[in-house]
Amino acid sequence: MENQLIVCPSPHLRHEDTTRGIMLDVLIALVPAALAGIVLFGPRAAAVLAVSILSALLSEWICCKVRKRPNTLGDLSAAVTGLLLGLNLPVGLPLWMAAIGSAVAIVIVKQMFGGLGHNFANPAITGRIVLMVSFPTAMTTWVAPFSWMNQTDAVATATPLAGGEATLRELFLGLRGGCIGEVCAAALLVGGVYLLLRRVITPTAPLAFILTVGGMMWIFGENPLHQMLSGGLLLGAIFMATDYVTTPSGWKGQLIFGIGCGLITALIRQFGSMPEGVSYSILLMNILTPYINRFTAPRPFGTRREKKQKKEKEAASDGK
Amino acid sequence: MAGKKNYGQIFTKGLIKENPVLRLVLGTCPTLAVTTAAINGIGMGIAATVVLVGSNLVISLLRKVIPDRVRIPAYITIIAGFVTIVQMLVKAFAPAIDAALGIYLPLIVVNCIILARAEMFASKNTVLPSVLDGLGMGAGFTATLVVMGAIRELIGAGTLFSLPVTSAFMDPMLVAILPPGGFFVFGVLVALANKLAKRMGKKPVEATGCAGCPAAGACSGQSCPSGQAGKEGDAQ
Repeated sequence: MENQLIVCPSPHLRHEDTTRGIMLDVLIALVPAALAGIVLFGPRAAAVLAVSILSALLSEWICCKVRKRPNTLGDLSAAVTGLLLGLNLPVGLPLWMAAIGSAVAIVIVKQMFGGLGHNFANPAITGRIVLMVSFPTAMTTWVAPFSWMNQTDAVATATPLAGGEATLRELFLGLRGGCIGEVCAAALLVGGVYLLLRRVITPTAPLAFILTVGGMMWIFGENPLHQMLSGGLLLGAIFMATDYVTTPSGWKGQLIFGIGCGLITALIRQFGSMPEGVSYSILLMNILTPYINRFTAPRPFGTRREKKQKKEKEAASDGK
Repeated sequence: MAGKKNYGQIFTKGLIKENPVLRLVLGTCPTLAVTTAAINGIGMGIAATVVLVGSNLVISLLRKVIPDRVRIPAYITIIAGFVTIVQMLVKAFAPAIDAALGIYLPLIVVNCIILARAEMFASKNTVLPSVLDGLGMGAGFTATLVVMGAIRELIGAGTLFSLPVTSAFMDPMLVAILPPGGFFVFGVLVALANKLAKRMGKKPVEATGCAGCPAAGACSGQSCPSGQAGKEGDAQ
């Protein structure tokens, strides 16, 4: 009889989702954007992506060895970080810089804080910002799409946000200068829809983010659609403002997170010295995430708000 | 009490075990601000060491004269005197270092390391240990600044003591000499110092209360701001 009773600690209900499965879905969702980037910017884009992924995997492996922890390459989170960072880089970036960016993202931002689930900020976005601050020239040298097909050297161009001209159709298809993965809005939207259908992400934060930017820029007198399609907004909103670790967990929190990101992005775009502010806005809101979580913590079932309870207690004690 | 410790230990504890910057986490502001180049670290370190030794010496001499209630203003006055001397000397003989350190040279007056050593050590010990303590802490401070400055200069500017190292063949990572890079390097060094101190047989840092404080040996509890004094290694 005793042997038939099994006592074990919770959780007793398990979901079939695994880290590996979710990360695999994210990787699949990023494939269209990566392919679009490679088509637009040529084999060199594939090299940048490959280097940043390999560097991320290598850094993860070394960190696990040094920390004497089980190898976490299998959960694919390092591959996602590497690919996301690679998509956030301009195609002409020297390859060793891409490698350093991935190494910073994995070693400093993720592993030094305790690995997956303990990082305070999105590794890929922080890696990009470190590169942005370290190598400002290389990180803002843009190349015109399809220039790799001509025999001439790459043609430098400006991004639409920094004064380059682009129609909405060009923005939607990605016929503009920019980072490898951020240019093709269509491919990013395909990836986003896939993640929504697979229920890997909820639409709250991305929609709040994108619509806030659109609304703010409309108030500032810009073309909202143009602003929503340009820069790294779609890439950041769909793939980075939905990171499980560094964004709020409830829908209220995600709404606040998205609106905050949108406000900061719009303010940087309109008044800042940089043309684009998506990465900084996400990093800043990442840091606020624990506070947002605390303020939007759901009330446990069957309890009342503290204030009311206090008043009732006081009323009860007065009655006595 | 520290008087019974041998003098060598009083000197060497400032290097790693009670390194003022990395273990006591004092003087973080000047550390982060001036370590954009290794040479700044030497200048700042030596200036602070001179002030530290001088103020420890005078304060330990006067420790029975200074009334307890006004000890902090008295310490500050003594420290300010030494800082003024050092600043004038640096201005006269090394104007380049004075320009590089800027406001942080006169700010040594309010450097926590110096006030902390006055409060925690010099006010309770005789002259010789106090001077040795000042020398050891100053050496630890200087070494930390130089190491941090060298790392940040090498990564952020590709040079070491202004001599080109990697700047010829690769772009430096500017972030290292900007404030965020300073915090990165600082964090990594703190982790390293903790590991080294642990290996040297220091109690693990996880302990809370006075037992977890690297300054526990020289502290009677009165300088502890959090009201934790006396809770030696309380669980929790």
